[in-house]
Amino acid sequence: MEVIKIATAGSVDDGKSTLIGRILYDTKSLTTDKLEAIEKTSKQRGYDYLDFSLATDGLVAEREQGITIDVAHIYFSTAKKSYIIADTPGHVEYTRNMVTGASTSQASIILIDARKGVIEQTNRHFFINNLLRIKDVVVAINKMDLVDYSEEIYNKIKADFSELMSKRDYQDQKITFIPVSALKGDNVVNKSNNMPWYKGQALLEHFEQLDKADIFNMGTPRFPVQYVIRPKTEEFHDFRGYAGKVYGGELSVGDDILVLPSKTRSKIKEIYFYDQKYQTASRRSSVTITLENDINVSRGDMIVKEGDLPTIDKEFTANVCWMDSTQLVPGAKYVVQHGVNKVLAKVDRINHKIHPDYSGIEKDVTGLGVNDIASVTFKLNKPIFYDQFKNHRTNGSFILIDTQSNNTVGAGFIQ
Amino acid sequence: MSTIKKDTSNINSLENEAIYILREVAAQFEKPVLLFSGGKDSITLVRLAVKAFYPAKIPFPLMHIDTGHNFPETIEFRDRLVKELGLELIVRNVQDSIDEGKVKEESGRYASRNQLQTTTLLDAIEEFKFDACIGGARRDEEKARAKERIFSVRDDFGQWDEKNQRPELFDMLNGQINLGQNVRVFPISNWTELDVWSYIERENIEIPSIYFAHTRKVFLRDGLIWSADDEVVYRDAHEEVIEELVRFRTVGDMSCTAAVLSDATTISKVVEEIRESTISERGARIDDKRSEAAMEKRKQQGYF
Repeated sequence: MEVIKIATAGSVDDGKSTLIGRILYDTKSLTTDKLEAIEKTSKQRGYDYLDFSLATDGLVAEREQGITIDVAHIYFSTAKKSYIIADTPGHVEYTRNMVTGASTSQASIILIDARKGVIEQTNRHFFINNLLRIKDVVVAINKMDLVDYSEEIYNKIKADFSELMSKRDYQDQKITFIPVSALKGDNVVNKSNNMPWYKGQALLEHFEQLDKADIFNMGTPRFPVQYVIRPKTEEFHDFRGYAGKVYGGELSVGDDILVLPSKTRSKIKEIYFYDQKYQTASRRSSVTITLENDINVSRGDMIVKEGDLPTIDKEFTANVCWMDSTQLVPGAKYVVQHGVNKVLAKVDRINHKIHPDYSGIEKDVTGLGVNDIASVTFKLNKPIFYDQFKNHRTNGSFILIDTQSNNTVGAGFIQ
Repeated sequence: MSTIKKDTSNINSLENEAIYILREVAAQFEKPVLLFSGGKDSITLVRLAVKAFYPAKIPFPLMHIDTGHNFPETIEFRDRLVKELGLELIVRNVQDSIDEGKVKEESGRYASRNQLQTTTLLDAIEEFKFDACIGGARRDEEKARAKERIFSVRDDFGQWDEKNQRPELFDMLNGQINLGQNVRVFPISNWTELDVWSYIERENIEIPSIYFAHTRKVFLRDGLIWSADDEVVYRDAHEEVIEELVRFRTVGDMSCTAAVLSDATTISKVVEEIRESTISERGARIDDKRSEAAMEKRKQQGYF
């Protein structure tokens, strides 16, 4: 089984860190020394319970303020699966961290405080999860202990959330509701006795039974060339291997292929993983491919199966999540990094801003500020080879790099 | 020949990810270097790099920042590995930084050269104009490291600005930097300690002998087992030297790495021991015990 990465989203004080700490505690993933440190600090602060959030909040400022600032990665495993939890902050101003955490995740948990119900930020968290096309989402209704484990309250929140679901763009997203108390451990790892009315699984049980088809996106095979391997040794004098990762599907020896952008035809001659040759390379394997013909291929080129071409264009429209304090304005130039390929791009126009709380779109926008999400059309100095994000998560996404600061200033999902 | 089912297990998917990252380093940077400590994580990195570029050689050198307080077994191992694989090794010594007056040797019971390494490392980066330094840090090791990026940008002073990190989305690694900046690269960010050991076992990778149970002269202090080497580790007269069957779970300097009692003499026994351990890996790192935020502070100053 591949490692499953789970993104978490919740507002301040929804108990996200506590939930993660609880999972670690109940799966016995916390080592004695870490547990002792939590006990010690909890006692120092005068708590009469163990503050599990101390297990994850790593930076000094986070511990001082009792909040999570940056995406933290937490690792644990069960007999069945290995998990990575991306603990992303829930503040309004940290949309970029949520998008970042969700971009590498296959499943996610949205936390709702049972006392507060669906709030504006819940809309936002759900919107981002849906925008990034995460296949499996758990809505964890937390702090059930503080509402007397009320079924009525749970049902009310479920109904409110279902209203949101009708507005979503990616309708196939699977959504599961689970009532929990992270603090008390109800329905987190173990089924709770406090809510006999709830017939579903505990949170971790849910993830344990997911299989590959439930969480991983498939598509057509794409092989972006990362690096050309030319050993120039006596033994491998004429060896010319194309190193890269296979995305979307499989590639096999003998496949008729095209190299983009030149559209030169060839066949796959060999597939290497280290010093072994294989007949087929499955998705997400980092292999080295050799071709029948001696053609010129370099980094940024893409090997695809004949008859299975992506769109090759110098213009595209994408939903952009802007992550920088500078403004994105029409006419501005950025580097588009699409996989391992980089091209120079100009913002042709901002079509409209999308309110991530499902309150509609806004036209006549002059610029984008940090955390804005908008439909933007770009013109490129040379063509890229892309698929729509909804068909290919990898080949349909890109990042924007500021040409002066070199910072990653935005992410985009091609429409 | 068969289908390469690279995604059927956890360790394979981590291996694929690490190879992808190492190839990005070779493609995006002009002067990368692999920071080699002789510990299991950097040995694992070397193995991954061999696989990533086969049949060509690893396209970057190794660099060891030698504190002069290393376990002799580690140094012997380092030199043998480099020779066998035909790699280029650069060594820079903390002793030289001390002699030049750039750093001051710590004194007292807890004296260690661990912190001093940072200065020697930053000087070497400047000397060779390295733009990417590959390291074996893992996010599961420690709370501050859990927030580290795979491509982590450092400023002219080697500093880590933890609150202002570049977002990393999907597989895309942005290696563009300004003059004077460099990038620390962590290809095994997502590996756990157990993953590393399982990989060493599966790949049959040779590691220094101190990782296996052996008889050693040690003394006890603060509940930890310290190596008794009077040249390097300060010891009070009342701290009695005893012989114990121990091994090291993590290998730093003699002055900052404590041993654990163990009878694991083979790799499979080590894996078994880690699997059942209730103490975290860095629980035996004296350098992390200085305060709750010891690692974060060192990282801000340019530590690995």
